Amino acid sequence: MRTRRMVALVAVVTLGVTACSGGGREQTDDTTGGGGNAPGSSGYTIAFVTHETPGDTFWDKIKAGATQAAKDQGVTLKYSNDPAADKQAVLIQNAVDSKVNGIATTLVTPNALAGAVKAATDAKIPVVGLNSGIDQYQQLGALMYFGSDETIAGQSAGRRLAEAGAKHPLCVIHQAGSVALEARCAGVKSAVPGTENIQVNGADDSSVVSTLQAKLSQDKSIDSIVTLGAQIAQDTLKAKDASGSAAKLVTFDLNAEIAQSIQDGKIEFSIDQQPYVQGYMAVTSLYLYLKNGNDIGGGKPVLTGPSFVDKDNIATILPFTKNNTR
Amino acid sequence: MSHSVQTAPPPVSVPSRITRSLSQRLLGRPEVGALVAAVLIFIFFLAMAPAFRSAESFFTVLYQSSTIGIVAVGVGMLMIGGEFDLSAGVITTTAGLVNSMFCWYFGVNLWVGALLSLSFCLLVGFLNGYLVMKTGIPSFLITLGTFFVLQGANLGLTKLVTGSVSSPDISQIDGFGSLNKIFASSFKIGPVTVWITVIWWALFVALAAWILQRTRIGNWFFAVGGAPDSARAVGVPVVKTKIGLFMTVSFLGWFVGMHTLYRFNTLQAGNGVGNEFLYIIAAVVGGTLLTGGFGNAIGVAVGAFIFGMTSLGIVYAGWDPNWFRAFLGVMLLLAVLVNLYIKRMSTSGRWAES
Repeated sequence: MRTRRMVALVAVVTLGVTACSGGGREQTDDTTGGGGNAPGSSGYTIAFVTHETPGDTFWDKIKAGATQAAKDQGVTLKYSNDPAADKQAVLIQNAVDSKVNGIATTLVTPNALAGAVKAATDAKIPVVGLNSGIDQYQQLGALMYFGSDETIAGQSAGRRLAEAGAKHPLCVIHQAGSVALEARCAGVKSAVPGTENIQVNGADDSSVVSTLQAKLSQDKSIDSIVTLGAQIAQDTLKAKDASGSAAKLVTFDLNAEIAQSIQDGKIEFSIDQQPYVQGYMAVTSLYLYLKNGNDIGGGKPVLTGPSFVDKDNIATILPFTKNNTR
Repeated sequence: MSHSVQTAPPPVSVPSRITRSLSQRLLGRPEVGALVAAVLIFIFFLAMAPAFRSAESFFTVLYQSSTIGIVAVGVGMLMIGGEFDLSAGVITTTAGLVNSMFCWYFGVNLWVGALLSLSFCLLVGFLNGYLVMKTGIPSFLITLGTFFVLQGANLGLTKLVTGSVSSPDISQIDGFGSLNKIFASSFKIGPVTVWITVIWWALFVALAAWILQRTRIGNWFFAVGGAPDSARAVGVPVVKTKIGLFMTVSFLGWFVGMHTLYRFNTLQAGNGVGNEFLYIIAAVVGGTLLTGGFGNAIGVAVGAFIFGMTSLGIVYAGWDPNWFRAFLGVMLLLAVLVNLYIKRMSTSGRWAES
């Protein structure tokens, strides 16, 4: 008897609290899948190899772009990733061994990947680079390159900060030892010499907040903060509130929350390297090369950024961030 | 040894334990070494970092320590019980993800998700303990398995449910306000912001200290960690005790996960990895033996405080960030060395007395 009453009570409570709660998923029919071809209808198989650290929203957008391109062109996409350079090289070698029609890969550690890329070109498999390796992709034998120049991106951000009168920006590195992140901060520093770097643990949001809070209260002369990832920018807003700092915040990368903060004026601007475009173009360029012999960029890298997102264009971009494409 | 021979034998009528002076009794406690190290590091940063000297900074340090310290208390007790839990870092993220995605997807009150997430975490803790006890495989391996499973499931399921690898913003869902108050609110005392996790941390530490020092269950923890076979022989429920310890760690992991979720509204599915080692470090710096059977809750709390103080002290001092990890490592090594030194002194002191 008692258990039955308990069950009834639990059921009633559950029904009570589950009734119509706002703020959740928008419950619409998910039948609006955009057109596209059947996978493999073009007959091409493309391997897509990256140094993605699993669980990063940035990489998720690259993958989303690549997947959409594969769908649009009827290509079979084989995605694989490993943050360790030697393992990424093995993944490229795997692609060569399985005789794919083309390989798109990030070239974050050119020396470690050179052997595998050469194996691909020796096997007459076209390779395109994306995201990183802008200076080395040609030497390695890759045909085309899609990505942002991290140093240029950093410099552009720095120049905009300098124009706004920044003297002492704080550049937040959320992953120790990342060449790309260091390059961005170095770019900022080349435009604003007073730039200072700080290291935070990007895998722990509360630690990011308290570290930045500590820094902002230690040094009141910090007038602007540059974060290099969307989630870190969100944490920084909390640290700013907690420390009462009036420093201006700018960030790299974009997501729905950051876009909203830009619209609300809490973040000045975002430097977007358009990861979706990187993924989309890498696959599309291989498709066009295989199908039509096209060379996009005419022997030069194709830059997907820096694209600035600020108050002027946020209204256009905001809806796209909700689709995981910006 | 020769020294003890030369001393006069103690009066026979008085048990040797009572002749130990106050200082020696203090030195015999596991947390004293950590306390001395904490005081030394505290003075060091007071001298080196002007920004460290305010009450606001102190409470920022306490906040940072509390998010590590809450789980570390459980991990410390588990280590006293002779086991490890490597899934403790990732489960904080799992806890938050289960809550947020379930409520977001089905549009239900966040309280439902929080309780669901609690049951899930307790189940994970139970499975960890059950598998360790039933298979006899070291907990290091079992929980390493759990760690990978949770890490992968965090990513896979988040992507499946939300179409992205970060959880959706839940701040508009019913129940956010009350849960936010419980897990992630703060209040002001003068200029100082006190985060509620600091209060919770103190409560959990006090509770754990009481259980360990004053209750029979506390004795069981020491017994199953120090000598499981003898413990079983005298009737200690070894299996239940260890499973309970694993579930305690999962509960505290859930608690911190709730804090992170309700403070940040969204979570990245890849987060939490690596924190399991911070919990173990806090416990070890606080005097818990890696081999089990020795340690206490206050020590673990001091260990977490040393970690929080060191990681933020470096920032307050404004040192070159590239050296951050190196400073941290040196500080932690020093803390352990001071700890060891104090423990040696206390042990040799006991020899001299008896």
